Amino acid sequence: MSTAAVDATIATLWRVESPRLIARLGRLVGDLDTAEELAQDTFTAAIEKWRADGIPDNPAAWLTTTSRYLAIDRIRRRDTGRDKLRTVAATTAEASGMDVDRIVDGDLADDLLGLIFMSCHPLLAPDARSALVLKLVCGLTTPEVARAFLTPESTVAQRIVRAKRTLAAANIRFELPGMDQRAERLDAVREVIYLVFNEGYAASTGDAWVRTDLCHEALRLGRMLAALTPRDPESLGLLALMEIQTSRLAARMGADGSAVLLLDQDRSRWDPWLIRRGLDLIDRIDALRGTAGPYALQAAIAACHARAATAGETDWLRIAALYDGLVQVVPSPVVELNRAVAVGRAFGAEAGLEIVAPLRSLPALASYHLLPAVAGDLECTAGLHEQARDDFLRAASLAGNAQDRATMHKRAAECAVHSA
Amino acid sequence: MRYMVMHYQTQEMEDGVVPSPEQQVAIGEYMREASLSGVLLGGEGVHGSSKGARVEVTDGSVRVIDGPFAEGKELIGGFAILDVSSLEEAVEHARKFALIVGTHRVDVRQVVEFADLA
Repeated sequence: MSTAAVDATIATLWRVESPRLIARLGRLVGDLDTAEELAQDTFTAAIEKWRADGIPDNPAAWLTTTSRYLAIDRIRRRDTGRDKLRTVAATTAEASGMDVDRIVDGDLADDLLGLIFMSCHPLLAPDARSALVLKLVCGLTTPEVARAFLTPESTVAQRIVRAKRTLAAANIRFELPGMDQRAERLDAVREVIYLVFNEGYAASTGDAWVRTDLCHEALRLGRMLAALTPRDPESLGLLALMEIQTSRLAARMGADGSAVLLLDQDRSRWDPWLIRRGLDLIDRIDALRGTAGPYALQAAIAACHARAATAGETDWLRIAALYDGLVQVVPSPVVELNRAVAVGRAFGAEAGLEIVAPLRSLPALASYHLLPAVAGDLECTAGLHEQARDDFLRAASLAGNAQDRATMHKRAAECAVHSA
Repeated sequence: MRYMVMHYQTQEMEDGVVPSPEQQVAIGEYMREASLSGVLLGGEGVHGSSKGARVEVTDGSVRVIDGPFAEGKELIGGFAILDVSSLEEAVEHARKFALIVGTHRVDVRQVVEFADLA
Protein backbone atom coordinates (compact mmCIF):
# COMPACT_ATOMS: atom_id res chain seq x y z
CA MET A 1 0.00 0.00 0.00
CA SER A 2 1.39 3.41 -0.95
CA THR A 3 2.09 6.08 1.65
CA ALA A 4 -0.61 8.24 0.08
CA ALA A 5 -3.17 5.44 0.40
CA VAL A 6 -2.19 4.83 4.03
CA ASP A 7 -2.50 8.55 4.80
CA ALA A 8 -5.90 8.72 3.11
CA THR A 9 -7.17 5.80 5.19
CA ILE A 10 -5.81 7.43 8.35
CA ALA A 11 -7.59 10.69 7.50
CA THR A 12 -10.86 8.76 7.11
CA LEU A 13 -10.22 6.86 10.33
CA TRP A 14 -9.79 10.17 12.15
CA ARG A 15 -13.25 11.15 11.04
CA VAL A 16 -14.78 7.78 11.99
CA GLU A 17 -12.86 6.93 15.16
CA SER A 18 -11.66 10.18 16.75
CA PRO A 19 -14.98 11.21 18.39
CA ARG A 20 -15.19 7.85 20.18
CA LEU A 21 -11.51 8.01 21.17
CA ILE A 22 -11.69 11.58 22.44
CA ALA A 23 -14.90 10.85 24.36
CA ARG A 24 -13.34 7.84 26.08
CA LEU A 25 -9.97 9.49 26.70
CA GLY A 26 -11.81 12.47 28.12
CA ARG A 27 -13.39 10.36 30.79
CA LEU A 28 -9.99 8.84 31.57
CA VAL A 29 -7.90 11.99 31.83
CA GLY A 30 -10.56 14.52 32.72
CA ASP A 31 -9.85 17.44 30.41
CA LEU A 32 -10.56 18.09 26.80
CA ASP A 33 -7.18 19.42 25.77
CA THR A 34 -5.31 16.35 26.99
CA ALA A 35 -7.91 14.00 25.51
CA GLU A 36 -7.57 15.59 22.09
CA GLU A 37 -3.79 15.64 22.38
CA LEU A 38 -3.73 11.92 23.23
CA ALA A 39 -6.02 11.15 20.30
CA GLN A 40 -3.65 13.05 18.02
CA ASP A 41 -0.66 11.22 19.49
CA THR A 42 -2.43 7.94 18.78
CA PHE A 43 -2.88 8.86 15.13
CA THR A 44 0.70 10.11 14.88
CA ALA A 45 1.84 6.72 16.12
CA ALA A 46 -0.44 5.07 13.56
CA ILE A 47 1.06 7.09 10.71
CA GLU A 48 4.59 6.04 11.64
CA LYS A 49 3.78 2.41 12.17
CA TRP A 50 1.37 1.91 9.28
CA ARG A 51 3.53 3.68 6.71
CA ALA A 52 6.18 1.09 7.52
CA ASP A 53 4.07 -2.03 8.12
CA GLY A 54 0.82 -1.33 6.29
CA ILE A 55 -2.64 -0.94 7.74
CA PRO A 56 -3.60 -3.61 10.28
CA ASP A 57 -6.68 -5.74 9.64
CA ASN A 58 -8.53 -4.06 12.46
CA PRO A 59 -7.31 -0.46 12.62
CA ALA A 60 -10.11 0.63 15.00
CA ALA A 61 -8.99 -1.91 17.59
CA TRP A 62 -5.36 -0.89 17.10
CA LEU A 63 -6.25 2.77 17.71
CA THR A 64 -8.27 1.93 20.83
CA THR A 65 -5.48 -0.16 22.35
CA THR A 66 -2.79 2.37 21.53
CA SER A 67 -4.78 5.32 22.86
CA ARG A 68 -5.39 3.44 26.09
CA TYR A 69 -1.69 2.69 26.44
CA LEU A 70 -0.74 6.32 25.80
CA ALA A 71 -3.32 7.54 28.33
CA ILE A 72 -2.12 5.21 31.08
CA ASP A 73 1.43 6.25 30.35
CA ARG A 74 0.44 9.89 30.60
CA ILE A 75 -1.35 9.38 33.90
CA ARG A 76 1.65 7.58 35.37
CA ARG A 77 3.96 10.34 34.28
CA ARG A 78 2.04 12.77 36.44
CA ASP A 79 4.40 11.67 39.23
CA THR A 80 7.17 13.60 37.57
CA GLY A 81 5.40 16.59 38.97
CA ARG A 82 5.30 18.78 35.88
CA ASP A 83 2.21 17.24 34.37
CA LYS A 84 -0.95 19.24 34.61
CA LEU A 85 -2.84 15.98 34.93
CA ARG A 86 -1.85 15.70 38.58
CA THR A 87 -5.18 16.89 39.94
CA VAL A 88 -7.58 15.49 37.40
CA ALA A 89 -5.93 12.09 37.32
CA ALA A 90 -6.04 12.00 41.09
CA THR A 91 -9.77 12.43 41.06
CA THR A 92 -10.49 10.06 38.20
CA ALA A 93 -8.20 7.11 37.61
CA GLU A 94 -6.26 7.11 40.88
CA ALA A 95 -9.24 7.53 43.14
CA SER A 96 -10.69 4.30 41.82
CA GLY A 97 -7.44 2.42 42.31
CA MET A 98 -6.28 3.05 38.74
CA ASP A 99 -9.05 0.88 37.39
CA VAL A 100 -8.41 2.08 33.88
CA ASP A 101 -10.32 -0.71 32.18
CA ARG A 102 -13.46 0.10 34.08
CA ILE A 103 -13.21 3.74 33.03
CA VAL A 104 -12.30 3.04 29.43
CA ASP A 105 -15.03 0.45 29.05
CA GLY A 106 -17.65 2.71 30.64
CA ASP A 107 -20.77 3.56 28.74
CA LEU A 108 -19.89 5.02 25.36
CA ALA A 109 -23.19 6.88 25.22
CA ASP A 110 -22.34 8.77 28.41
CA ASP A 111 -18.87 9.55 27.11
CA LEU A 112 -20.18 10.91 23.82
CA LEU A 113 -22.90 12.89 25.54
CA GLY A 114 -20.24 14.32 27.86
CA LEU A 115 -18.20 15.36 24.82
CA ILE A 116 -21.23 17.02 23.25
CA PHE A 117 -22.18 18.81 26.46
CA MET A 118 -18.64 20.07 26.84
CA SER A 119 -18.44 21.30 23.24
CA CYS A 120 -21.73 23.15 23.68
CA HIS A 121 -20.95 24.59 27.10
CA PRO A 122 -22.88 27.80 27.88
CA LEU A 123 -19.60 29.54 28.77
CA LEU A 124 -18.68 29.49 25.08
CA ALA A 125 -19.93 31.85 22.38
CA PRO A 126 -22.32 30.23 19.86
CA ASP A 127 -19.80 30.27 16.99
CA ALA A 128 -17.20 28.61 19.24
CA ARG A 129 -19.71 25.94 20.25
CA SER A 130 -20.56 25.02 16.68
CA ALA A 131 -16.91 24.98 15.60
CA LEU A 132 -15.97 22.77 18.55
CA VAL A 133 -18.85 20.35 18.10
CA LEU A 134 -18.10 19.88 14.37
CA LYS A 135 -14.44 19.33 15.12
CA LEU A 136 -14.70 17.01 18.10
CA VAL A 137 -18.02 15.24 17.66
CA CYS A 138 -18.18 15.05 13.87
CA GLY A 139 -14.43 14.57 13.47
CA LEU A 140 -14.01 17.39 10.93
CA THR A 141 -10.57 18.97 10.55
CA THR A 142 -10.10 22.69 11.17
CA PRO A 143 -9.89 23.43 7.41
CA GLU A 144 -13.12 21.47 6.89
CA VAL A 145 -14.89 23.44 9.64
CA ALA A 146 -13.59 26.68 8.08
CA ARG A 147 -14.85 25.65 4.65
CA ALA A 148 -18.25 24.69 6.06
CA PHE A 149 -18.73 28.09 7.69
CA LEU A 150 -17.06 30.06 4.86
CA THR A 151 -14.72 31.48 7.49
CA PRO A 152 -10.92 31.86 7.19
CA GLU A 153 -9.04 28.89 8.63
CA SER A 154 -7.03 31.08 10.99
CA THR A 155 -10.24 32.51 12.48
CA VAL A 156 -11.66 29.06 13.13
CA ALA A 157 -8.36 27.82 14.59
CA GLN A 158 -8.25 30.80 16.94
CA ARG A 159 -11.87 30.30 17.91
CA ILE A 160 -11.19 26.68 18.85
CA VAL A 161 -8.02 27.47 20.79
CA ARG A 162 -9.82 30.22 22.71
CA ALA A 163 -12.78 27.94 23.44
CA LYS A 164 -10.56 25.22 24.85
CA ARG A 165 -8.68 27.80 26.92
CA THR A 166 -11.98 29.09 28.31
CA LEU A 167 -13.05 25.59 29.32
CA ALA A 168 -9.66 24.88 30.92
CA ALA A 169 -9.57 28.21 32.79
CA ALA A 170 -13.04 27.61 34.23
CA ASN A 171 -11.93 24.10 35.17
CA ILE A 172 -14.84 22.60 33.27
CA ARG A 173 -14.59 18.88 33.79
CA PHE A 174 -15.23 16.23 31.19
CA GLU A 175 -18.42 14.83 32.57
CA LEU A 176 -22.16 14.72 32.38
CA PRO A 177 -23.93 17.57 34.11
CA GLY A 178 -26.23 16.62 36.98
CA MET A 179 -29.83 15.74 36.26
CA ASP A 180 -31.00 19.21 37.31
CA GLN A 181 -28.74 20.87 34.75
CA ARG A 182 -29.24 18.23 32.09
CA ALA A 183 -32.46 19.63 30.58
CA GLU A 184 -31.06 23.14 30.37
CA ARG A 185 -27.84 21.95 28.77
CA LEU A 186 -29.74 19.78 26.31
CA ASP A 187 -31.59 22.91 25.19
CA ALA A 188 -28.22 24.56 24.53
CA VAL A 189 -27.02 21.51 22.58
CA ARG A 190 -30.15 21.45 20.42
CA GLU A 191 -29.78 25.16 19.77
CA VAL A 192 -26.23 24.64 18.48
CA ILE A 193 -27.27 21.76 16.24
CA TYR A 194 -30.19 23.70 14.76
CA LEU A 195 -27.96 26.73 14.30
CA VAL A 196 -25.52 24.63 12.27
CA PHE A 197 -28.43 23.20 10.30
CA ASN A 198 -29.90 26.59 9.47
CA GLU A 199 -26.50 27.93 8.55
CA GLY A 200 -26.62 25.36 5.78
CA TYR A 201 -30.33 25.35 5.05
CA ALA A 202 -31.09 29.06 4.89
CA ALA A 203 -27.76 30.13 3.46
CA SER A 204 -28.01 33.12 1.19
CA THR A 205 -24.36 33.21 0.22
CA GLY A 206 -21.67 30.82 -0.86
CA ASP A 207 -21.28 27.55 -2.65
CA ALA A 208 -24.50 25.53 -2.40
CA TRP A 209 -22.68 22.23 -2.18
CA VAL A 210 -20.73 23.27 0.89
CA ARG A 211 -23.91 24.39 2.64
CA THR A 212 -25.70 21.11 1.94
CA ASP A 213 -22.73 19.52 3.63
CA LEU A 214 -23.39 21.59 6.72
CA CYS A 215 -27.03 20.41 6.80
CA HIS A 216 -25.82 16.82 6.72
CA GLU A 217 -23.36 17.36 9.56
CA ALA A 218 -26.16 18.85 11.67
CA LEU A 219 -28.41 15.96 10.72
CA ARG A 220 -25.74 13.51 11.81
CA LEU A 221 -25.37 15.36 15.14
CA GLY A 222 -29.14 15.26 15.53
CA ARG A 223 -29.16 11.52 14.91
CA MET A 224 -26.45 11.10 17.52
CA LEU A 225 -28.35 13.15 20.05
CA ALA A 226 -31.57 11.23 19.40
CA ALA A 227 -29.69 7.94 19.87
CA LEU A 228 -28.15 9.25 23.08
CA THR A 229 -31.42 10.59 24.52
CA PRO A 230 -34.01 8.28 22.93
CA ARG A 231 -36.80 9.23 25.33
CA ASP A 232 -36.42 12.98 25.04
CA PRO A 233 -39.28 14.29 22.87
CA GLU A 234 -37.46 17.50 22.02
CA SER A 235 -34.33 15.68 20.79
CA LEU A 236 -36.56 13.46 18.66
CA GLY A 237 -38.47 16.58 17.56
CA LEU A 238 -35.32 18.38 16.47
CA LEU A 239 -34.23 15.33 14.50
CA ALA A 240 -37.67 14.87 12.91
CA LEU A 241 -37.69 18.53 11.90
CA MET A 242 -34.24 18.27 10.31
CA GLU A 243 -34.97 14.95 8.56
CA ILE A 244 -38.12 16.42 6.98
CA GLN A 245 -36.51 19.73 6.06
CA THR A 246 -33.53 17.91 4.55
CA SER A 247 -35.92 15.79 2.48
CA ARG A 248 -36.83 18.99 0.60
CA LEU A 249 -33.30 20.22 -0.08
CA ALA A 250 -33.27 19.15 -3.73
CA ALA A 251 -36.73 20.62 -4.38
CA ARG A 252 -36.19 23.97 -2.72
CA MET A 253 -33.70 25.22 -5.24
CA GLY A 254 -34.77 26.24 -8.74
CA ALA A 255 -32.70 25.57 -11.85
CA ASP A 256 -31.34 29.14 -11.60
CA GLY A 257 -30.37 28.65 -7.94
CA SER A 258 -33.30 30.68 -6.59
CA ALA A 259 -35.32 29.49 -3.62
CA VAL A 260 -38.56 27.63 -4.40
CA LEU A 261 -41.20 28.12 -1.70
CA LEU A 262 -42.66 25.12 0.07
CA LEU A 263 -46.08 25.22 -1.61
CA ASP A 264 -44.52 25.57 -5.08
CA GLN A 265 -42.06 22.70 -4.72
CA ASP A 266 -42.16 19.59 -6.90
CA ARG A 267 -43.04 17.05 -4.22
CA SER A 268 -41.84 14.11 -6.30
CA ARG A 269 -38.34 15.43 -5.59
CA TRP A 270 -38.76 15.19 -1.83
CA ASP A 271 -36.63 12.41 -0.41
CA PRO A 272 -39.08 9.67 0.70
CA TRP A 273 -36.47 7.95 2.92
CA LEU A 274 -35.96 11.04 5.03
CA ILE A 275 -39.67 11.81 5.19
CA ARG A 276 -40.34 8.27 6.39
CA ARG A 277 -37.69 8.69 9.10
CA GLY A 278 -39.17 12.03 10.12
CA LEU A 279 -42.71 10.64 10.33
CA ASP A 280 -41.52 7.61 12.33
CA LEU A 281 -39.93 9.98 14.82
CA ILE A 282 -43.22 11.90 15.10
CA ASP A 283 -44.93 8.60 16.00
CA ARG A 284 -42.30 7.96 18.66
CA ILE A 285 -42.81 11.45 20.10
CA ASP A 286 -46.58 10.88 20.22
CA ALA A 287 -46.03 7.56 22.01
CA LEU A 288 -44.05 9.35 24.72
CA ARG A 289 -47.17 11.41 25.51
CA GLY A 290 -45.24 14.36 26.92
CA THR A 291 -46.11 18.02 26.50
CA ALA A 292 -44.88 19.05 23.09
CA GLY A 293 -42.02 21.55 23.09
CA PRO A 294 -40.98 23.93 20.29
CA TYR A 295 -39.01 21.41 18.22
CA ALA A 296 -41.66 18.70 18.48
CA LEU A 297 -44.33 21.22 17.42
CA GLN A 298 -42.31 22.53 14.49
CA ALA A 299 -41.63 18.94 13.47
CA ALA A 300 -45.36 18.18 13.63
CA ILE A 301 -46.03 21.17 11.36
CA ALA A 302 -43.34 20.02 8.93
CA ALA A 303 -44.91 16.54 9.03
CA CYS A 304 -48.31 17.95 7.97
CA HIS A 305 -46.69 19.31 4.81
CA ALA A 306 -44.75 16.07 4.29
CA ARG A 307 -47.95 14.00 4.48
CA ALA A 308 -49.76 16.05 1.82
CA ALA A 309 -49.29 14.53 -1.63
CA THR A 310 -50.07 17.92 -3.20
CA ALA A 311 -50.03 21.46 -1.76
CA GLY A 312 -53.84 21.49 -2.10
CA GLU A 313 -54.18 18.54 0.29
CA THR A 314 -52.38 20.31 3.15
CA ASP A 315 -54.19 19.92 6.48
CA TRP A 316 -54.27 23.64 7.35
CA LEU A 317 -56.69 23.12 10.26
CA ARG A 318 -54.13 20.94 12.00
CA ILE A 319 -51.26 23.27 11.13
CA ALA A 320 -53.21 26.25 12.55
CA ALA A 321 -53.84 24.29 15.77
CA LEU A 322 -50.14 23.40 16.02
CA TYR A 323 -49.22 27.06 15.56
CA ASP A 324 -51.61 27.90 18.42
CA GLY A 325 -49.49 25.58 20.54
CA LEU A 326 -46.23 26.98 19.21
CA VAL A 327 -47.06 30.62 20.09
CA GLN A 328 -47.79 29.41 23.61
CA VAL A 329 -44.37 27.83 24.12
CA VAL A 330 -42.26 30.25 22.07
CA PRO A 331 -44.21 33.50 21.77
CA SER A 332 -42.58 35.64 19.09
CA PRO A 333 -43.85 38.04 16.42
CA VAL A 334 -42.41 35.89 13.61
CA VAL A 335 -44.16 32.76 14.88
CA GLU A 336 -47.36 34.80 15.21
CA LEU A 337 -46.97 35.90 11.58
CA ASN A 338 -46.58 32.29 10.49
CA ARG A 339 -49.68 31.46 12.49
CA ALA A 340 -51.53 34.17 10.53
CA VAL A 341 -50.64 32.38 7.30
CA ALA A 342 -51.91 29.03 8.62
CA VAL A 343 -55.09 30.53 10.08
CA GLY A 344 -55.69 32.39 6.82
CA ARG A 345 -55.53 29.09 4.90
CA ALA A 346 -57.59 27.20 7.47
CA PHE A 347 -60.32 29.70 8.33
CA GLY A 348 -60.24 32.30 5.57
CA ALA A 349 -58.17 35.36 4.78
CA GLU A 350 -60.11 37.66 7.14
CA ALA A 351 -59.22 35.48 10.14
CA GLY A 352 -55.57 35.67 9.09
CA LEU A 353 -55.72 39.45 8.70
CA GLU A 354 -57.07 39.80 12.23
CA ILE A 355 -53.84 38.24 13.51
CA VAL A 356 -51.69 40.41 11.23
CA ALA A 357 -53.30 43.73 12.25
CA PRO A 358 -51.71 44.09 15.73
CA LEU A 359 -48.32 42.95 14.37
CA ARG A 360 -48.08 46.02 12.14
CA SER A 361 -47.36 48.31 15.08
CA LEU A 362 -44.56 46.12 16.51
CA PRO A 363 -41.10 47.72 16.19
CA ALA A 364 -39.55 44.24 15.93
CA LEU A 365 -41.27 43.67 12.58
CA ALA A 366 -41.11 47.26 11.30
CA SER A 367 -38.57 46.43 8.60
CA TYR A 368 -39.43 42.74 8.14
CA HIS A 369 -40.49 42.39 4.50
CA LEU A 370 -42.47 39.21 5.11
CA LEU A 371 -45.02 41.08 7.25
CA PRO A 372 -46.42 43.18 4.37
CA ALA A 373 -45.86 40.21 2.03
CA VAL A 374 -48.10 37.99 4.16
CA ALA A 375 -50.62 40.82 4.64
CA GLY A 376 -50.68 41.43 0.88
CA ASP A 377 -51.26 37.76 0.17
CA LEU A 378 -54.19 37.57 2.63
CA GLU A 379 -55.70 40.84 1.31
CA CYS A 380 -55.38 39.60 -2.22
CA THR A 381 -57.35 36.46 -1.31
CA ALA A 382 -59.93 38.58 0.52
CA GLY A 383 -60.42 40.72 -2.61
CA LEU A 384 -58.84 43.81 -1.05
CA HIS A 385 -56.68 44.46 -4.10
CA GLU A 386 -55.70 48.07 -3.49
CA GLN A 387 -54.51 47.40 0.03
CA ALA A 388 -52.74 44.30 -1.20
CA ARG A 389 -50.92 46.30 -3.86
CA ASP A 390 -49.73 48.85 -1.28
CA ASP A 391 -48.48 46.06 0.97
CA PHE A 392 -46.66 44.26 -1.84
CA LEU A 393 -44.93 47.52 -2.82
CA ARG A 394 -43.95 48.05 0.80
CA ALA A 395 -42.62 44.48 0.96
CA ALA A 396 -40.61 45.14 -2.21
CA SER A 397 -39.03 48.22 -0.65
CA LEU A 398 -38.00 46.23 2.43
CA ALA A 399 -36.82 43.06 0.69
CA GLY A 400 -33.11 42.36 1.02
CA ASN A 401 -32.48 40.47 -2.18
CA ALA A 402 -33.34 41.15 -5.80
CA GLN A 403 -35.26 37.91 -6.24
CA ASP A 404 -37.74 38.77 -3.46
CA ARG A 405 -38.06 42.35 -4.72
CA ALA A 406 -38.95 41.18 -8.20
CA THR A 407 -41.57 38.75 -6.87
CA MET A 408 -43.21 41.47 -4.78
CA HIS A 409 -43.30 43.94 -7.70
CA LYS A 410 -44.89 41.27 -9.86
CA ARG A 411 -47.58 40.57 -7.29
CA ALA A 412 -48.23 44.31 -6.85
CA ALA A 413 -48.73 44.60 -10.60
CA GLU A 414 -51.22 41.70 -10.58
CA CYS A 415 -53.22 43.50 -7.87
CA ALA A 416 -53.28 46.70 -9.90
CA VAL A 417 -54.94 44.79 -12.75
CA HIS A 418 -57.65 43.49 -10.40
CA SER A 419 -58.39 46.82 -8.76
CA ALA A 420 -58.51 48.70 -12.06
CA MET B 1 -24.47 10.03 0.77
CA ARG B 2 -26.17 6.78 1.53
CA TYR B 3 -24.46 3.46 1.13
CA MET B 4 -25.88 -0.02 1.29
CA VAL B 5 -23.48 -2.31 3.04
CA MET B 6 -24.27 -5.97 2.33
CA HIS B 7 -22.55 -8.87 3.99
CA TYR B 8 -22.33 -12.33 2.47
CA GLN B 9 -23.40 -15.25 4.56
CA THR B 10 -21.24 -18.06 5.82
CA GLN B 11 -22.13 -21.73 5.46
CA GLU B 12 -23.15 -21.66 9.15
CA MET B 13 -25.60 -18.86 8.48
CA GLU B 14 -26.98 -20.77 5.49
CA ASP B 15 -27.32 -23.86 7.68
CA GLY B 16 -29.35 -21.84 10.15
CA VAL B 17 -26.74 -21.87 12.93
CA VAL B 18 -27.64 -19.09 15.36
CA PRO B 19 -24.73 -16.75 16.21
CA SER B 20 -23.14 -17.47 19.58
CA PRO B 21 -24.28 -15.31 22.52
CA GLU B 22 -20.88 -13.56 22.46
CA GLN B 23 -21.23 -12.79 18.79
CA GLN B 24 -24.79 -11.57 19.26
CA VAL B 25 -23.55 -9.18 21.93
CA ALA B 26 -20.74 -8.00 19.65
CA ILE B 27 -23.16 -7.39 16.78
CA GLY B 28 -25.52 -5.56 19.11
CA GLU B 29 -22.64 -3.40 20.34
CA TYR B 30 -21.63 -2.60 16.79
CA MET B 31 -25.19 -1.62 15.84
CA ARG B 32 -25.44 0.55 18.92
CA GLU B 33 -22.11 2.22 18.25
CA ALA B 34 -23.07 2.88 14.65
CA SER B 35 -26.35 4.42 15.86
CA LEU B 36 -24.51 6.54 18.40
CA SER B 37 -22.21 7.84 15.70
CA GLY B 38 -25.23 8.96 13.71
CA VAL B 39 -24.46 6.99 10.55
CA LEU B 40 -26.69 3.91 10.77
CA LEU B 41 -30.09 4.51 9.21
CA GLY B 42 -31.25 0.92 9.42
CA GLY B 43 -30.41 -2.63 8.59
CA GLU B 44 -31.54 -6.23 8.81
CA GLY B 45 -30.16 -9.72 8.63
CA VAL B 46 -31.85 -12.42 6.57
CA HIS B 47 -32.47 -16.11 7.19
CA GLY B 48 -30.79 -18.89 5.24
CA SER B 49 -32.04 -19.47 1.71
CA SER B 50 -34.15 -22.52 2.70
CA LYS B 51 -36.72 -20.00 3.92
CA GLY B 52 -36.55 -17.96 0.75
CA ALA B 53 -37.29 -18.15 -2.95
CA ARG B 54 -35.82 -16.88 -6.20
CA VAL B 55 -37.65 -15.36 -9.13
CA GLU B 56 -35.80 -15.86 -12.41
CA VAL B 57 -36.70 -14.15 -15.64
CA THR B 58 -35.35 -15.53 -18.93
CA ASP B 59 -36.48 -13.87 -22.17
CA GLY B 60 -39.61 -12.62 -20.44
CA SER B 61 -40.67 -15.97 -18.97
CA VAL B 62 -40.71 -16.20 -15.21
CA ARG B 63 -39.69 -19.15 -13.07
CA VAL B 64 -40.07 -19.25 -9.31
CA ILE B 65 -37.62 -21.48 -7.46
CA ASP B 66 -37.89 -22.28 -3.78
CA GLY B 67 -34.78 -22.29 -1.59
CA PRO B 68 -32.35 -23.54 -0.49
CA PHE B 69 -29.84 -22.55 -3.15
CA ALA B 70 -26.60 -24.38 -3.71
CA GLU B 71 -24.09 -21.53 -3.68
CA GLY B 72 -24.64 -20.54 -0.02
CA LYS B 73 -21.57 -18.35 0.26
CA GLU B 74 -22.65 -16.23 -2.71
CA LEU B 75 -25.83 -15.16 -0.96
CA ILE B 76 -26.45 -11.94 0.97
CA GLY B 77 -26.73 -12.42 4.73
CA GLY B 78 -28.03 -8.97 5.55
CA PHE B 79 -27.64 -5.29 4.87
CA ALA B 80 -27.28 -1.92 6.54
CA ILE B 81 -27.91 1.56 5.19
CA LEU B 82 -25.28 4.09 6.26
CA ASP B 83 -25.33 7.85 5.78
CA VAL B 84 -21.71 9.00 5.52
CA SER B 85 -19.77 11.64 3.64
CA SER B 86 -17.57 9.40 1.52
CA LEU B 87 -17.06 5.89 0.19
CA GLU B 88 -13.93 5.63 2.34
CA GLU B 89 -15.98 6.27 5.45
CA ALA B 90 -18.51 3.62 4.48
CA VAL B 91 -15.63 1.18 3.92
CA GLU B 92 -14.26 1.78 7.41
CA HIS B 93 -17.65 1.05 8.96
CA ALA B 94 -17.97 -2.03 6.76
CA ARG B 95 -14.53 -3.24 7.81
CA LYS B 96 -15.53 -3.15 11.47
CA PHE B 97 -18.79 -4.91 10.77
CA ALA B 98 -17.15 -7.61 8.65
CA LEU B 99 -14.80 -8.56 11.49
CA ILE B 100 -17.60 -8.67 14.04
CA VAL B 101 -20.18 -10.55 12.02
CA GLY B 102 -17.57 -13.05 10.81
CA THR B 103 -18.31 -12.90 7.12
CA HIS B 104 -15.87 -13.49 4.28
CA ARG B 105 -17.10 -10.56 2.21
CA VAL B 106 -18.94 -7.26 2.49
CA ASP B 107 -20.04 -5.21 -0.52
CA VAL B 108 -20.32 -1.44 -0.21
CA ARG B 109 -22.56 0.21 -2.81
CA GLN B 110 -23.80 3.78 -3.12
CA VAL B 111 -27.56 4.28 -3.03
CA VAL B 112 -28.99 6.07 -6.07
CA GLU B 113 -30.67 9.33 -5.12
CA PHE B 114 -32.84 11.76 -7.06
CA ALA B 115 -29.94 14.08 -7.83
CA ASP B 116 -28.08 11.18 -9.51
CA LEU B 117 -30.93 10.71 -11.98
CA ALA B 118 -31.11 14.31 -13.14
